[in-house]
Amino acid sequence: MTHAGRAQPTGGAAAIAEAIARGARSPQQIVDDTFARAHEARAGADGLNAFLWSDERVVRDQAAALEKRLASGDAGPLSGVPVVVKDNIATLDSPTTCGSRILENYRSPFEATAISRLRDAGAVVVAKTNLDEFAMGSSTEYSAFGRTKHPLDARLVPGGSSGGSAAAVAAGITPIGLGSETGGSVRQPAAFCGIVGVKPTYGRVSRYGLVAFASSLDQIGVLGATVDDAALALQTIAGPDPQDATTRDVPVPDYRQALTSLDGVVIGRPREYYPEQLDREIAERCDRALEHCRALGATVRDVSLPSTDLAIPVYYIIAPAEASSNLARFDGVRYGLRVADDGLRAMYEATRSRGFGPEVSRRILLGTYVLSAGYYDAYYAKAMQVRSLISRDFTAVFSSGIDVLFTPTTPTPAFAAGSKTDPYDMYLSDVFTVTANLAGIPALSLPIGRVRGLPVGGQILAPHFAEQRMFGVAQALERALGSEADR
Amino acid sequence: MSTRESTVTSSLQRAPSRLDYEMVVGLEVHVQLLTRTKAFCRCSTEFGAPPNVQVCPVCLGLPGALPVLNEHVVDLAIRAALALDCRVHLVSVFARKNYFYPDLPKGYQISQYDRPLATAGRLTIEGDRGDAPASVGITRLHIEEDAGKSVHDRFPTLTAIDLNRAGVPLIEIVSEPDIRSSRAAGAYLRSLKQLLEFLEVSDVSMEEGSLRVDANISARRVGASQLGTKTEVKNLNSFSAVERALDAEFARQCGILDAGQRVIQQTMLWDGVTASVRPARIKEESHDYRYFPEPDLPPLVLELDRVETIRRELPELPAKRRARYRETLGLSPYDADVLTATKALGDYFEEVVRHHRDAKAAAKWVMGEVRAALDASKIDIADFPVRAADLGELLDLVRDDVLSGTAAKRVFAVMAQTGERASQIAQREGLAQVRDDSALRGWIDQVVAEHPKEIARYAGGEQKLLGVLVGFVMKKSSGRADPKRVNQLLVERLGA
Repeated sequence: MTHAGRAQPTGGAAAIAEAIARGARSPQQIVDDTFARAHEARAGADGLNAFLWSDERVVRDQAAALEKRLASGDAGPLSGVPVVVKDNIATLDSPTTCGSRILENYRSPFEATAISRLRDAGAVVVAKTNLDEFAMGSSTEYSAFGRTKHPLDARLVPGGSSGGSAAAVAAGITPIGLGSETGGSVRQPAAFCGIVGVKPTYGRVSRYGLVAFASSLDQIGVLGATVDDAALALQTIAGPDPQDATTRDVPVPDYRQALTSLDGVVIGRPREYYPEQLDREIAERCDRALEHCRALGATVRDVSLPSTDLAIPVYYIIAPAEASSNLARFDGVRYGLRVADDGLRAMYEATRSRGFGPEVSRRILLGTYVLSAGYYDAYYAKAMQVRSLISRDFTAVFSSGIDVLFTPTTPTPAFAAGSKTDPYDMYLSDVFTVTANLAGIPALSLPIGRVRGLPVGGQILAPHFAEQRMFGVAQALERALGSEADR
Repeated sequence: MSTRESTVTSSLQRAPSRLDYEMVVGLEVHVQLLTRTKAFCRCSTEFGAPPNVQVCPVCLGLPGALPVLNEHVVDLAIRAALALDCRVHLVSVFARKNYFYPDLPKGYQISQYDRPLATAGRLTIEGDRGDAPASVGITRLHIEEDAGKSVHDRFPTLTAIDLNRAGVPLIEIVSEPDIRSSRAAGAYLRSLKQLLEFLEVSDVSMEEGSLRVDANISARRVGASQLGTKTEVKNLNSFSAVERALDAEFARQCGILDAGQRVIQQTMLWDGVTASVRPARIKEESHDYRYFPEPDLPPLVLELDRVETIRRELPELPAKRRARYRETLGLSPYDADVLTATKALGDYFEEVVRHHRDAKAAAKWVMGEVRAALDASKIDIADFPVRAADLGELLDLVRDDVLSGTAAKRVFAVMAQTGERASQIAQREGLAQVRDDSALRGWIDQVVAEHPKEIARYAGGEQKLLGVLVGFVMKKSSGRADPKRVNQLLVERLGA
């Protein structure tokens, strides 16, 4: 078993940027290290299969351009920091496939706002990473280009859908990865791989350039080797964007301001997230983490979020409904795969049947059904009502003196590839994460120890736009746990 | 047998005719808004560009692109809604209308559905109403984006797609089923077009597709209170096509009902060549559009102030302008109607009045000479070489007897060609009236010498011959003599 994640051979993101600014290291040296590490970790198709694209020449060109910038005194907070990017986020110098046959050779003519901001800050995109097709899945098994393997044990899944980015960061290839969240697709693989994963508040990060799955739930999220790496990454990409009407003009405070004590902080422990049948060892790990918080001065209170058990059914109505509409554009007419057949309708059918994998097809069918005339009120309209109940639960708890909530990120550690054959069984691995997407609140997963040798994550949930508080608590807890998080 | 039963029996005895049925029509009008850029991106909306050049990731529906609302669209839609007396909702919601079509890049159209921008309005029918009601209810007005264009006749066996139009802003105006005849439908459309043109919210050009009409039509027995089954008639490319298509579809429905059969709810296409309607093929048929709220756009929330500002700044609308022309300027109802046919014509007329005070004279010239010149040269009043101020000057010259009516028309003809000023032309062409007494007396002397018989008869009491004599003098002067002064001088000369 290799030691994943925690100790970065390249150092943390801030350390790299600092060494570069100081002139102690050069961007090309960092690229050398990164490719050496990727080679060692076998990130490609013959190994982890974390990368869908990585072109050393293109990456070296970026590093060369960065060196010119640095020479003119233009250093950014992420100068020279290598990052990996989930392949459903549009980038200019590489394909954007969404892990789908239908976009196998697609190149976007524009770049996502989050990517432009990373590049402006000096980051170097070293790879596009594997994912469940169109981010629909929780194991990165549903990629059209093969499954990604868990860095600790190739038989296991790394979680998903941002499994490629999570595996790359966990394998120590880069300190930062971009992922995307619709129902836990950053936090769940972060928990499985033993790293930090953050889903920001809905509207905190521009979705411009993120290929839409379910627009009212989607957010670009960050994966970091440490809380500080994640905070630095989110700091860079957060903030309003005139190209995304759902971003909000709320100031971005300093996410890296660590809390040295949790004095006066009230942490809620929602009982619905600690059910009887929860893995006993995971529950113990959570209790242990809460003990650390108490020791730092926090108060822990039991609270209730009564609508929690409705989250999975509601999510699996709303997300497929929006997906069925968002994925309608992949019709073979303008770009991507076209399977010629006799007549327009036949072309649509052949292209989409051949282009989409089984899970994507399943969700498109489900979504089309729930939006159909005669079913809309019973499914979609009802789901939207229940969604607002779930939101209200959080609002009520956060306005009752609770600062953040602490829960397990997932009900189990990483599972074996091929072990979840029933789709609903797979959906349940998101049971603790979908609520934050439905309510639009920020959430973070950090490693809190190992169970049977596998990492488990603890989740911190905070009110809308309270990322700073969330990071503060996470950093304090991370420091208190120390090496315990890896045991 | 009761009276009622006997009535029923007797109506069954003769074959029912079209007169036994009433046409019930509601119209859906799509209007392209006059914005420089598209509804959800910054691409130009200009008509006539080469295919697929006014496009970007957003209106091409590329993966990852997102719509951002053009606020000018909202302002224009509110303006139209207020002019149609609608209730403008401070919160409205964009929705996705989902269907597959090659010229619909996203696979859905951004529209509004259960929470439209405006509802419950009314359009007053103006001018020659025929049998149209005084007003027609407006059910709703909402904002949506246009699809692209499928071009079927450019490449043999292939369909070409032009996405320049994709994302161009539209408003859809849905009327109540208040219309009872094809002529009334025409009257409604003409009034609506005129109103929108006055509001400067659209070009309202059916040729360029900036105004499109679909009609919902049903037939029912005269006196029945329930509506019959409706069909939707599409492919209506002119107002006269609307009227003819409605008559054709009404006749078809009456025939079905007469045969004791049921009208099927379906989409019918008008064919102008055969002057008939035919059912649309399945793919043109109505869909299950699976509407749901557009998650990429927050609800459209309006400040009350914004709506009220637009209300205050509404331009003078046709009805009000017509009334002012009648009441303040003293024009006849007919003249007021003609001069308010388009906003531009009325604006031109008013500009003439501003320079030349006499509204009636201005009306006569604008309705007569100006319109004739525009028709003849087939140009828009905006491009007319005769500026309103210059026409005012011409009318001043007529009023001040510098130019005779005949001379003025000749001057105007030159102005319409060259755009020169009236005084310039009159001077160059020697068309100004001659009022110099010695010159006039010279011509009078000649006429007196040449027409002794008429002079004698006039002296003998035939007063009306004076006009004939004036005419002789005018002819001598080639029309340049000032007729009033000639008249005076003749009376002096002959009466002495």
